[in-house]
Amino acid sequence: MPRLPDGDPAPASGELPSQSIAALGSRPFGIYLHVPFCRVRCGYCDFNTYTLTELGPGASTSTFADTALAELDLARSVLGDAVPRVDTVFVGGGTPTMLPAADLVRVVDGIRERFGLADDVEVTTEANPDSVTPESLRELADGGFTRISLGMQSAAPHVLATLDRTHEPAGVGRAVAAARDAGLVTSVDLIYGTPGESLDDWRRSLDAAVSLAPEHISAYALVVEEGTKLAAQVRRGEVERPDDDDEATKYELAEEVLSAAGFGWYEVSNWTRTPAGRCRHNDGYWTGADWWGVGPGAHSHVGGVRWWNVKHPRAYADSLASGASPAAGRETLTVEQRRDEQVLLGVRVRDGLAVDDLDDVGRRAVAGLVADGLVDGVAAVRDRRVILTLRGRLLADAVVRRLLGVDT
Amino acid sequence: MSPRARTVLQPHATPPEAIRNFCIIAHIDHGKSTLADRMLQITGVVDDRAMRAQYLDRMDIERERGITIKSQAVRMPWETVDAEGRTGDFILNMIDTPGHVDFTYEVSRSLAASEGAVLLVDAAQGIEAQTLANLYLAMENDLTIVPVLNKIDLPAAQPEKYAEELAGLIGCEPEDCLMVSGKTGVGVEPLLDEIVRQIPHPVGDPNAPARAMIFDSVYDTYRGVVTYVRVVDGNLNPREKIIMMSTRATHELLEIGVISPEPVPGKGLGVGEVGYLITGVKDVRQSRVGDTVTNERTPAAEGLGGYRDPKPMVFSGLFPIDGSDYPLLRDALDKLKLNDAALVYEPETSVALGFGFRCGFLGLLHLEIVRERLEREFDLDLISTQPNVVYDVTMDDGSVIVVTNPSEFPYGKVAEVREPVVKSTILAPSEFIGAIMELCQGKRGQLLGMDYLSEDRVELRYSLPLAEVVFDFFDQLKSRTRGYASLDYQEAGDQVADLVKVDILLQGENVDAFSSVVHKDKAYAYGNMMAGKLKELIPRQQFEVPIQAAIGARVIARENIRAIRKDVLAKCYGGDISRKRKLLEKQKAGKKRMKNIGTVEVPPEAFIAALSSDDGGDTKKK
Repeated sequence: MPRLPDGDPAPASGELPSQSIAALGSRPFGIYLHVPFCRVRCGYCDFNTYTLTELGPGASTSTFADTALAELDLARSVLGDAVPRVDTVFVGGGTPTMLPAADLVRVVDGIRERFGLADDVEVTTEANPDSVTPESLRELADGGFTRISLGMQSAAPHVLATLDRTHEPAGVGRAVAAARDAGLVTSVDLIYGTPGESLDDWRRSLDAAVSLAPEHISAYALVVEEGTKLAAQVRRGEVERPDDDDEATKYELAEEVLSAAGFGWYEVSNWTRTPAGRCRHNDGYWTGADWWGVGPGAHSHVGGVRWWNVKHPRAYADSLASGASPAAGRETLTVEQRRDEQVLLGVRVRDGLAVDDLDDVGRRAVAGLVADGLVDGVAAVRDRRVILTLRGRLLADAVVRRLLGVDT
Repeated sequence: MSPRARTVLQPHATPPEAIRNFCIIAHIDHGKSTLADRMLQITGVVDDRAMRAQYLDRMDIERERGITIKSQAVRMPWETVDAEGRTGDFILNMIDTPGHVDFTYEVSRSLAASEGAVLLVDAAQGIEAQTLANLYLAMENDLTIVPVLNKIDLPAAQPEKYAEELAGLIGCEPEDCLMVSGKTGVGVEPLLDEIVRQIPHPVGDPNAPARAMIFDSVYDTYRGVVTYVRVVDGNLNPREKIIMMSTRATHELLEIGVISPEPVPGKGLGVGEVGYLITGVKDVRQSRVGDTVTNERTPAAEGLGGYRDPKPMVFSGLFPIDGSDYPLLRDALDKLKLNDAALVYEPETSVALGFGFRCGFLGLLHLEIVRERLEREFDLDLISTQPNVVYDVTMDDGSVIVVTNPSEFPYGKVAEVREPVVKSTILAPSEFIGAIMELCQGKRGQLLGMDYLSEDRVELRYSLPLAEVVFDFFDQLKSRTRGYASLDYQEAGDQVADLVKVDILLQGENVDAFSSVVHKDKAYAYGNMMAGKLKELIPRQQFEVPIQAAIGARVIARENIRAIRKDVLAKCYGGDISRKRKLLEKQKAGKKRMKNIGTVEVPPEAFIAALSSDDGGDTKKK
């Protein structure tokens, strides 16, 4: 996992400034749960995850759910009576399905007891194809889960091997089918740009994903993160560094294959067959929603305050056991910071940004972005919205810099 | 060790017959400073407690690099038996000499102030090119040479071999070479005795109008300029008015004295004596090395001759990496100039590098020393452009343009270009002859001669364009000879050459900092090298950026920086937002540092890397 950001110290009580919770309920409210366990650590992964299942009291696969419930107690008391019902829950990791399905369900029950769940609540878990069974999937669905995101990554065995993924390609199909049978909305994740992956390998992976007929597909360019095994392999020259041009070509291919199969993009790395198939929880990250992140290293955002928990599961559990907030640091965003975030996040989604929400610098930049083919000209004029073109999606960071006046 | 002299002769009252003025000729790390330290101790002018290594080298940089930039003169008493067998008290004036190629003129003045020279050579390494050049200079000045092999305590010392070499060079017998160890002190007393015996005493007319030669001039924050002189005729006295003969400027002698080894004010200086003057001037330009001092009341009719204005040979643009440091750089140069008569500079504006100064130096080492002092003493981060020489360009209409900055080199209608040449001396083990000849030929050199110093060491003499020497010659020479070759060079006029200016264009815009004047045959290689280098260093933009090397309107090399196609981070979920925003905030703060060449944004680091990589302007001399 990357280092936590620098921020201000967070109070032991976890207390939030009153103005940040004043408008709770006017925006969607979500709960994220980070499960920090994996059976194997993948070479490219820099998430906060551990392959030991016994990390001490409150930090083992068998006791983690109780620790998470303790943080939910804290959340309930910090947010107070004004707390809204929960619109979305997302369980990520790590590998959430390293916990018994009953424990995941127990956490969802805990959320329902403390906050209440909206009628149309979306409850997602991530899963590895080889860590679920038809029985466990049914147990999740019966316990309130509505959605599952399966880490497929690739259909090419040699690519999976380079990524240290342990599942067989055929296992993904079985998992998707079983999840659908259990009544879950399905999504598969793909990774492109892995060293040794040919354009044909990638096309076959896209075709395979489409043939599974999930509601939702995510496709991520492989990023070599500092401190990972992959970074060391690249540094030593054992593995070729992923190439931006190759990844651009593969992104364009993804857009081509997925749109031909009826999928439309709604965020730079996410496609869905119907607007309803979007992951509403993730949408919240890009549109300024509030959420409480439960678990070690989890990030939260409530009304312009962002904070993040200590990284290690043991330190996390110890904090909660002593009655203190596990937050390691936090920041209260200035008006300018909130605007910067609105632009950098909003530009990534299909709905884009309202031109009128931009400042003078941003508004003046729009014409140039249209001229350079990065922003859709029709939408800019007719709808007064900044919506990225295909080329713009690949250069979204440059678009953000131009909208904020960092680049001219 | 206790001083041997029983009575110490006083300045102004020392007969010339009791004086011996000598300098030490040695290569950078052959142990000159250590030997000087031992002499100070043995003659008792510094007690053991106050002794610090390399006492005479004052500046940090000099001490760290083990080299002496500015010379000083120390007066040491010594009792011994002279050449006629008479026992007596003597005064030894040790005139320290700069040991590097750029300071040849200063060396020549130190030599002119002496009657003899100790030729000090490392017994494990043998003579080096610069030492040889200075030895020839000393011999031309009729100085008595006392050959000495140093570091005889080293296991790797080969005194017999190098004694043969020295004997062959100066025409003495190998057994005439003295063997010393500056480190242990062995042989230093006999060396002092031999200095008295072999080196002639100074001769001058005590009744003639005063004439003293300035051989060094140093700015001191508290005292102003301290001027070191050697009195030739007459005498100089406190509080009298003196005249600098080259400028006719008059100053009052506020203080006059000798260094032993700290300044000791005295009653004046007589014939043959060496000491210092303080007149209250604040700039070494008012007290120039090589000038003659006389007194105002009875001025001498003629100066001592040999005076020369310092002439910058190598130019380079110095730019602060942080543009807001420009005023600091200007103040720093103004201060350094007080102590450096050879440093010249004027403001320069570069599209690529912003505001800076075009500076003239005596040579590469001088450049490097100035730059290092600016960075160290004034805490500046600097980038320097590829050093260049001065070109005289004659246009078709007969007008002549003196070019000190390649970006000012004229286009078209050029009748003739003249470039400075140097006579260089290269000493190396004979196994490297082939490699050296190949290098020199590649650098447009002409072989002037070759001699064997010993069975396996050879001296090669080449005429070379100075521009080639300042480009990367020294580094190449060192790498092709595994560090064994040494180099010395002296300016030797100029020559007509087929030179062109190569410009580097970024999307059609000239990047002035990379313009270079090169020989026609090398234009293509330079253009390719620079275009290739910039292609690697300049980040990809949203559009394709051509990099061209051109002579006038003719493009001779081209590279393309392909347009960037993807820069977006694949994932941006809850935990990524703070980091991503902070990165953006950092980019906002770093924005002002981007340089715009047309519509191409280039981080200054790219230009800096292009100017400072190994095959570029690196001028490190070890």
